[in-house]
Amino acid sequence: MAPVMRVRGLSPVMTSPRRPRPSVRAVAAGTVGAVLAACGLVVAGAPGASAAAATSEVAPTTEDAVVAVGPEPDGSPVGLDATVFVPGDDAPATGWPAVVLAHGYGGSKDDLAGQAEDLARRGHVVATYTARGFGASGGRIHLGSPDYEGADVAGVVDLLAGRPDVERDDGGDPGQGAARGADPVVGVAGASYGGAAALLAEGTDPRVDAVAAAITWHDLAASLTPQSASALDGSPPAPGVLKEAWVGQLLRPSAPARGADGAAVELAPGASSPRPGCGRLAEDFCAAYLRTLEGGGVPTPELTALLEASSPARVLDGASAPALLVQGEADTLFGLDASLANAAQLRGAGAPVTLAWSTGGHDAIGELAADFRVRTREFFGEHLVPRRDRPANGAGDGRRAFTYALPLPAVAALAGGGGGGQDPDGTGSDDDGGGFVAPLRAQDTIPAPRAAQERATTALPLAGPPGAPEAQPLLFPAGGVPAARTSIPGLGVLGSLPVPALAAGSVVPGQSAVFTTEPLTDGLSLAGPVSVDLAVEAPTGSAVLFAALYDVDPDGAAVLPGGGVAPLRVTTGGGPARVRVGLPAVAREVPAGNRLRLVVASTDSGYAMPSAPALHTVALAGDLSVTPTATGNSAAPPLESATTVPTAQVVVAAVLAGLALVGALVLAVARRRARRRPATGSAAATGTTAAASGTGEGDDTDVVLRVDHLVLEYRGGVRAVDDASFTVRRGQVVGLLGPNGAGKTTALRVVLGLVRPTQGSVELLGTPVTPGAPVLARVGALVEGTGFLPHLSGRENLELFWRATGRPAADAHLDQALAVADLGDRVERRVGSYSQGMRMRLGIASALLGLPELLVLDEPTNGLDPPQITAMRQVLRDYAATGRTVIVSSHLLAEVEATCSHVVVMARGTVLAQGSVADLVGTASAVTVDVGDGEAQRALGVVRALDVGGEPPEVVADGGEGDRLVVTLAPGEGAPAADDVVAALVRAGVSVRAVVPRRHLEQVFLELVGEQ
Amino acid sequence: MSQRTPAASPRPVAAGRRSTPLPLLVEVRRQAGRRRTLVVLGLVLALPLLVVGAFALGDDDGGDGGASLVALATSSGLNFAVFILLASSGFLLAVAVALFAGDCIASEATWGSLRYLLAAPVPRRRLLGVKLAVGLASGLLAVVGIVASALAFGTLFYGGGDLSTILGTTLPFGEGALRLAGSVAYVFVSLLWVAAVAFWLGTLTDAALGAVGGAVLLLILSNILDSITALGDLRVWLPTHDAGAWLDLFSPVVDYSSVIRGAAVSISWAIVALVAAWWRFSTKDVVS
Repeated sequence: MAPVMRVRGLSPVMTSPRRPRPSVRAVAAGTVGAVLAACGLVVAGAPGASAAAATSEVAPTTEDAVVAVGPEPDGSPVGLDATVFVPGDDAPATGWPAVVLAHGYGGSKDDLAGQAEDLARRGHVVATYTARGFGASGGRIHLGSPDYEGADVAGVVDLLAGRPDVERDDGGDPGQGAARGADPVVGVAGASYGGAAALLAEGTDPRVDAVAAAITWHDLAASLTPQSASALDGSPPAPGVLKEAWVGQLLRPSAPARGADGAAVELAPGASSPRPGCGRLAEDFCAAYLRTLEGGGVPTPELTALLEASSPARVLDGASAPALLVQGEADTLFGLDASLANAAQLRGAGAPVTLAWSTGGHDAIGELAADFRVRTREFFGEHLVPRRDRPANGAGDGRRAFTYALPLPAVAALAGGGGGGQDPDGTGSDDDGGGFVAPLRAQDTIPAPRAAQERATTALPLAGPPGAPEAQPLLFPAGGVPAARTSIPGLGVLGSLPVPALAAGSVVPGQSAVFTTEPLTDGLSLAGPVSVDLAVEAPTGSAVLFAALYDVDPDGAAVLPGGGVAPLRVTTGGGPARVRVGLPAVAREVPAGNRLRLVVASTDSGYAMPSAPALHTVALAGDLSVTPTATGNSAAPPLESATTVPTAQVVVAAVLAGLALVGALVLAVARRRARRRPATGSAAATGTTAAASGTGEGDDTDVVLRVDHLVLEYRGGVRAVDDASFTVRRGQVVGLLGPNGAGKTTALRVVLGLVRPTQGSVELLGTPVTPGAPVLARVGALVEGTGFLPHLSGRENLELFWRATGRPAADAHLDQALAVADLGDRVERRVGSYSQGMRMRLGIASALLGLPELLVLDEPTNGLDPPQITAMRQVLRDYAATGRTVIVSSHLLAEVEATCSHVVVMARGTVLAQGSVADLVGTASAVTVDVGDGEAQRALGVVRALDVGGEPPEVVADGGEGDRLVVTLAPGEGAPAADDVVAALVRAGVSVRAVVPRRHLEQVFLELVGEQ
Repeated sequence: MSQRTPAASPRPVAAGRRSTPLPLLVEVRRQAGRRRTLVVLGLVLALPLLVVGAFALGDDDGGDGGASLVALATSSGLNFAVFILLASSGFLLAVAVALFAGDCIASEATWGSLRYLLAAPVPRRRLLGVKLAVGLASGLLAVVGIVASALAFGTLFYGGGDLSTILGTTLPFGEGALRLAGSVAYVFVSLLWVAAVAFWLGTLTDAALGAVGGAVLLLILSNILDSITALGDLRVWLPTHDAGAWLDLFSPVVDYSSVIRGAAVSISWAIVALVAAWWRFSTKDVVS
């Protein structure tokens, strides 16, 4: 059921539904602010997949502190609100490596409590702090300035260095109460805004031993006011294009600081900016930003300078400690390019770098949060050891330098991320909803960033639509409306949704130039920068354009990987300007047969655009230049097999299988023993038989069937057979006679081993009967109707039945059996088409297969016509004459009387009488004598006068007729028998016409039954 | 009724040497001609052709739909086979497997032939074993048949190209066919529990429909329980929880976790049901 529904919900193949994976149960992407916060605190509340170190059971203790750090430009002092998490008391009290955690933009140290606790349980002293300008900390926001936010981290490191329980790099004895400025073993981690703080510490504080930074920037100017075009003639670049949608969110007035009780608190005199609308943003930033807005969104040199200053790029040349970088593949704020640039600069400075691209980012909730948290934990576990204990060759952690996840379909990513809600306990229980796991690729080299990129090794020729001019015109509408919408910051990547309704807005007709490659002959793995050369002509002298690279499948569906566009501001002076456009780095596997499509648009809703209408033209000035990570799909082997053996389920399956196997073995052994026991048992039986015959009880060797005190009780106490005993001997045709419900059929079922008796036993040919006992092979049966497969012919039924017995075909005597059935040609027709009589005859034939020693027929005359019944009688008599035995059950007395040599009378489950028919009928105590006309009275006298010693018989004239006598003979020795009566009559000259035993079997039967 | 009597043989015929009762081939022949078997197998083989027809009838203004259902399904024979497996594994194949396993004993009871087999005598454990083997083999034939038919028709109509995945990658034909074979195996293993439960119910009732219907009812129940997220981790013990895990096999990097788990859970339930079936049948009074 479920998979069928999945067909409708998603597309077939590869949706990887439901994995037992730690999932990011992060915040639902409701508002941009919420997402900003979520990205800032990504590290909180994510579950751990593989615990690197043992975790302590004891909760860490916390100590709050205020860290005094450098004052604001106006000289006002600043204190940071910090908390230190110390591992619980079940462990040594000293020598812990320390960790500093930095939060995201708009957050506070409280966001980090979950991760801090987790790290503390793993043996770290962890400091969390609220960044300058946020929450209960003082000061203003400088957007990651090395002088403020960067120096603040050093202040927190000082706090840790002063603790006696923190491990030291410099050999100083931590127990002695270290001085400020001492060198602890410390790592710094953070995401987004906190990631920048971590990188600033990496570049500025030599005491830092390891750094983990996620989804952060390299050059804030390049991220917030990007300029993707560089002139091919070397002329200086024009100002960038303001990423208005994002910047508006970042630089909007921040809320006033709030204390724990929710009331607004004044932290320090003058903490709020005097300039209205700036909140706690540093005054210089606010002023430059407002001036930029006044200037139509063209970044002012002041703003650009400030942004460039607040960048890890400025300090990373001084880095040396190992760094872990994680960047999101769905991130239009700080794209993948930023991580490539950071990695290159760190490498250049001699710091070992590990880079991972994960699904998710500022635009979408993917696996990034969990990924970062787990990687950070392992990274710190490896690198936060005292310097003296570290291997000489630096990092040497054996990991591949660069891993990237192949993005999942956006539908799947959204579906997975949408329903979560924050994981309150931080344990991250297994939730299917977000459990999509992107396949990973890995390689040993990190791609070079765009700036350092040679023209790439693979060039793909592009071409405009057929019939379009080489220089395609594109209109810039007045005010930039309507604008192409490639992404909504923080919400998702629209272009990567393969949903026409949503993706339709990403390209506005008439406002874009389109260039497409031929279908790729081989698959293309992209993980790195892409660039293209364009010739742009702008009659107004300046143009703002947006280039984006789509992946188009053979059906024309286009996907914008990562959702990123490359904004470019081009200034022209008479004639087209030739520029090289660096497109956003992507992680994408483009299958063979797909095309790459470059769309150059005049509008994009995420960016500040000019207001005057214009008509630009865009032409190609070169091929599309891509950096394939490897050739085709098979290139990068998977870094790690994601397979984890589900131990519990496998163990349960193995245990069950083992138990079943052991049980089967035990039963087999028990059966083998049981089979040996009957052998000795039958020997004993033979002994008793010999003894029995010795006592003259009769010859038991010809007993075919012995039913001994048989009781069969149904649930509820109803007895179908109640203490029935009878014996059948070889050569007899025994009628089992009784009314309906007498227990005949039930008794026969016990005889055939189909039903287990409640008490008593049944012995066949000297062997006790159990279900499936081998002796049953010597019995042929027709019980309670026939049982044939309706789709097979009569002959096939008999043949297959015989083959099912496993005996040789030659023993079957099939032809003889078929001759008895006398079905003629119809034996080749489906049994389903037979009449009841035909089935019955086939059933009798089936019972005769193999000429069994005992033939059991239950109501065999049902459905037979009188001639057939007559014929059957003869068959049975002849059969018995061969020395075999027949049991026929019937409720038709005449039938039994006519067919059988012996009879067993049953009623209500008990045997009322048994013996030969002659005995039962012949012990009749009355005879009817027909005499000549008018001789009745004389005959009466003769009989009454009869005296042969003993009691004389009673005699009456029968009814009104005068010529018939009914003579009742007294029982006992010496009493006159029927022949004495007849002899006397003859002697007296009475003409005797007929002497008939007065009692038919019917009468016997009725009397017997009536006695009950 | 002929008057001719069986040849009079003065010495009673010995039980004779018995080879194994109810050989597999005999049971196969007993089941093969059944209308039920033929209808199900015919349906299974014809379904892909029906779908091909449905795709041809539906207006083909795709293209804007992107990686839509039809687009991928018709991109190659392999893709078509994967689509058919996806469309049929949840219910159609489950019903087919339940039918073959649940019907094999119940229908004998209905025909009345069960008592004759047991009195033949075929030992009960032998009867169970052979019935189960043939029932499962029939189910396997249905699963393999539908995919083989889909692959054949798909290749005929959509070509023998590579397997396109929704992640945008492709698997070459050989690799794709291998993974398809793995999927077929997994789908069958994940349906083992349905077969075992149907088999067990078949020993409880004489009505074949009751056995099959009961197993399908449990399948639906398991799916419903699986959709209740509040049950959390308990749901991984539901036999249908990982029913779709074979889709994992088409990832570029295969994660076998769910596949292993699903197989283990399905086999566990199957063992429980089979032991119950054996227990029930070996102590059962055959009154039908």
